[in-house]
Amino acid sequence: MQPAELSAVELVAAIRQGDLTATQCTEAFLDRIARLDGSLNAFLHVDRDGALATAAAIDARRKAGKPLGPLAGLPVAVKDALCTRDLPTTCASKMLAGFRPPYDADTVARLRAADAVIVGKTNMDEFAMGGSNENSAFGPVKNPWDLTRAPGGSSGGSAACVAADMAPVAIGSDTGGSIRQPAGLCGITGLKPTYGRVSRRGLVAFASSLDQIGPMARSAADCALVLEAIAGHDPGDSTSLAAEVPRYTDLLEQPLTGLRIGRVRDHYAEGLDSEVRKGVDEAFAVFEAAGATVHDVELPHAKYGVATYYLIAPCEASSNLARYDGAHYGHRAQLGGGHRAGSECQQFESPLVEMYCRSRGEGFGPEVKRRIMLGTYALSAGYYDAYYAKALKVRRLIRQDYLDAFQKVDLIGGPVSATPAFKLGEKTGDPLAMYLVDLYTVATNLAGVGGISFPCGFTRGGLPVGFQLQGPALAEPLLLRAADRFQRLTDWHTRRPKQIA
Amino acid sequence: MTLARQDVAKVASLARLALSDDELQRMTSELSKIVGFVSQLEELDTAAVAPLAHPLDTQNVFRDDTPRPSLTTAEALQAAPRHDGECFLVPAVLGESGAA
Amino acid sequence: MTTSSATTDPYTTVIGLEVHVQLQTHTKLFCGCSTTFGSPPNTQVCPTCLGLPGSLPVMNREAFTLAVRAALALNCRIAPFTKWDRKNYFYPDLPKGYQISQFDLPFSSDGWLEVVDPKGAFSRKVGIIRVHLEEDAGKSMHDEAAGTADTRIDLNRAGTPLCEIVTQPDLRSPQEARAWLNELKLLLVYLGVSDCNMQEGSLRVDANVNLHIPQPDGRIAKTPIVEIKNMNSFRSVERALTYEAARQYGEWQATGAELGKTPKQTRGWDDPAGVTRAQRHKEESSDYRYFPEPDLVPVTVDEAQIAAARVAMGEPPAVLRMTLAERWKISAYDADVLVNQGRELVAYYEDVATRVGEGKVASNWLQQDVLRTLNERGETIDAFPIRPDALADLIGRVQKGDFDTSRGREIFAEVLASGRSVADVVAALGIAAVADDELIALCRELIAENPKIVADVKAGKEQAAAGLIGQAKKKNPNVNPGKVRQMCLDLIKAT
Repeated sequence: MQPAELSAVELVAAIRQGDLTATQCTEAFLDRIARLDGSLNAFLHVDRDGALATAAAIDARRKAGKPLGPLAGLPVAVKDALCTRDLPTTCASKMLAGFRPPYDADTVARLRAADAVIVGKTNMDEFAMGGSNENSAFGPVKNPWDLTRAPGGSSGGSAACVAADMAPVAIGSDTGGSIRQPAGLCGITGLKPTYGRVSRRGLVAFASSLDQIGPMARSAADCALVLEAIAGHDPGDSTSLAAEVPRYTDLLEQPLTGLRIGRVRDHYAEGLDSEVRKGVDEAFAVFEAAGATVHDVELPHAKYGVATYYLIAPCEASSNLARYDGAHYGHRAQLGGGHRAGSECQQFESPLVEMYCRSRGEGFGPEVKRRIMLGTYALSAGYYDAYYAKALKVRRLIRQDYLDAFQKVDLIGGPVSATPAFKLGEKTGDPLAMYLVDLYTVATNLAGVGGISFPCGFTRGGLPVGFQLQGPALAEPLLLRAADRFQRLTDWHTRRPKQIA
Repeated sequence: MTLARQDVAKVASLARLALSDDELQRMTSELSKIVGFVSQLEELDTAAVAPLAHPLDTQNVFRDDTPRPSLTTAEALQAAPRHDGECFLVPAVLGESGAA
Repeated sequence: MTTSSATTDPYTTVIGLEVHVQLQTHTKLFCGCSTTFGSPPNTQVCPTCLGLPGSLPVMNREAFTLAVRAALALNCRIAPFTKWDRKNYFYPDLPKGYQISQFDLPFSSDGWLEVVDPKGAFSRKVGIIRVHLEEDAGKSMHDEAAGTADTRIDLNRAGTPLCEIVTQPDLRSPQEARAWLNELKLLLVYLGVSDCNMQEGSLRVDANVNLHIPQPDGRIAKTPIVEIKNMNSFRSVERALTYEAARQYGEWQATGAELGKTPKQTRGWDDPAGVTRAQRHKEESSDYRYFPEPDLVPVTVDEAQIAAARVAMGEPPAVLRMTLAERWKISAYDADVLVNQGRELVAYYEDVATRVGEGKVASNWLQQDVLRTLNERGETIDAFPIRPDALADLIGRVQKGDFDTSRGREIFAEVLASGRSVADVVAALGIAAVADDELIALCRELIAENPKIVADVKAGKEQAAAGLIGQAKKKNPNVNPGKVRQMCLDLIKAT
């Protein structure tokens, strides 16, 4: 039995039945990591010893007839933005190189409680800021379908490790598309749940009103399995939803007859790659064949989503990242004698201020600095109303668009990204071009609703094309059911990148 | 939209970011472009729209006033760049911010 | 409001206060760490109050309850909807790089607190602009002597709940400011909102002060407003304001500088030197980039909650003073003295007064004997060994005429010293009530031995009988002087 060829649902069942031990399963994936990650760079830390110890403990408990958690023995890769007690948590930043938090993120604690085996921490854009994974301080992740291309971001390591079967499932986080976009570009399935469905406690904050943790896997059914384990109310997160967690895995069977899917005209504006468009059109046809109906809907303010997002997210980030100042943890610059100026404009008023400025100047990469600068500027005296307050008003309009649309349809479908995976280095010189890769995904976060992306075809060049479904608040059962139905009718999600297989 | 190099330097100072001359130069031009892009929101009339800071409608989330275990001092200081076993150490500051 | 404060100064001092009060909760505002004062450094910290990556705040219900109680007692309007904001600035005692505070929608505003000088020197109703809830910072400790040494940071205090109370510039003298602060402290301690211990930093005061100087042409010249910090006691507040008013007047005379022409200055109070000193002005420090705290949700308060909070509040000191004066027929001055000692002493007083059945006598004993003893011993009423029943027993015996007040004081002292009951002490000292026939015999003896006094009394000089009392006490220390006097007069007149 080749564990890498089984779905997460099958792996958990095999381990439970004794057809496979947790140790065998974990070893199989660790071996793949050892073999493949040198060329992919999807992991920042691999915890071979810890994972095998956990797996052995699970096997021992199974042998002793003790109860096992719902994910018993399932290897999971966790984005390095989630705190782990026994593993470094760096957010792919020099600022946090070697940092070990004294606590587990709620999601990590839930995974452990469910007897999942955490195999390592995945690479990402620094502090989750980016759409290509090229902003990692520890080198970019390569797209398993074409090693010269970006896997997307910021959860690029999580997407690539699942695409390359180095882990059956991974945890990502999505602030403006960071689960859905890399899932789409890597040909896997990624779910961004409704804001508050999964606790943010222990997720290193990028933009607190937008951040959400979610599962990334090879199928919607596997995402359902993981979401069931990590979703739920956390009294330690004031913004965590109290709503009961449904049995997502039990809700997949119902057919899609009568389901109304919205199609947004604006999604077909210029810039949409023709092969992506073809894949998206075919996906709508699959849904129609499954009994759903497709309706045109309007999201009139969605086109302002990127501009709104690139005000709100940097404003919150500029504050969230103020704690990285070299005082209590993280990188501290070595101060030379005397107060040197950072540039002709910066005179440090004290050694403390110099320590702050130099530590932050050295510890953060260019994109993080850009966003801190943009957010600081947009919140500063005299600019707040024109930028931050304005963006909050447009945010309300964007959310209202969704509320209106969901009066008419159950889900909204469309592309995840305008193009398939782009070349590494293609957009790094132009920050604004990189921001526009979030065009189809940011509005979901601004509205606080959920979205799922999954493969709906391939380009002639062999790159996956992603389809996105967005749903109203707490519509995860429907999003998962629709994606699962699609995957019962198609086999795009079963394809594997040849290059590394 | 063009930002002045001096203004960008002031923002860097507010954000406590040391920028080299080159970085400041590049930052000035990039921020100008990005601010120009986000300024497209100006074309929307939002006079009658209330701001939406957060997607949740939830209110009144509290916890009870019950003590929970703290970290040990060693755990608290474990990641500190400099400490003396009791306190974090930072370059000299005079006075307290005093939660004003 | 009016003031009768006689002043010879050629200016009026205009003072507004900004008071930070730590709330008396068991745990911090946003995490479960203890707020106990004086623990070893960095022993009451967790990921949240250390500002570690990924940590999140959750609001302490008790902190909000206490804050609302304080605001209601300060006659504030409670906002039906309130939210939290981040105040962004870098400082090593602020580990997140921002303080969670309240900016545009504080939970309460528009109140007042009146202070009335019991001697009638002034009475002042001071407007409260706002009261809001925020988190405290940690402590920075710098060894000045060590010169360039590092600053040590202790984050035990970081995250302790604080109420910030901002007044209108309604105070008109340093004495008023001190008296008002005393009244505020009394109120907050009464409510159980804060222990207001300035030594431990649970109450901190900054003052804004300037002068209004009437000009010959009728115009009022206003000096620039100065914020004074680092005042560690109410006495310091009074001294600092007094110093600062004089300094501003001197500066105005020298430079003529007026309000609005210079930025607000901050000066620190140097208590040993008795002067205020200019503090360094940080250019960008005022750009706090406030924005709504996305990690917390808003709080709503309805009328029912406000009504419940009012019930929990109990009688504030100002009301209690009137209640006590009325209920126990004591003077406003007496009520003021008792109430200013705190809720526990008032409870003690009312217990004694109820048992004795008379407020004035109980008030006298409390003020003259109990309070004096407490002051001498540096104790609080909770620890006072003579409990209300014992004191009432003692006062009752005096009232019955078992012995006089000065004898009662001796017994009070002995009960205090020995820890024995009043009855035991009375017995041990051989103090028994003198029986009537014994008293008659004693008085007859006195009359027989003092023919001169008898003659004087008979001649109409009743005051001469006083000479008999001293002699009576020598014969029997337990006799009641009043009774001896009356009995002797009766016997003399009957002969």
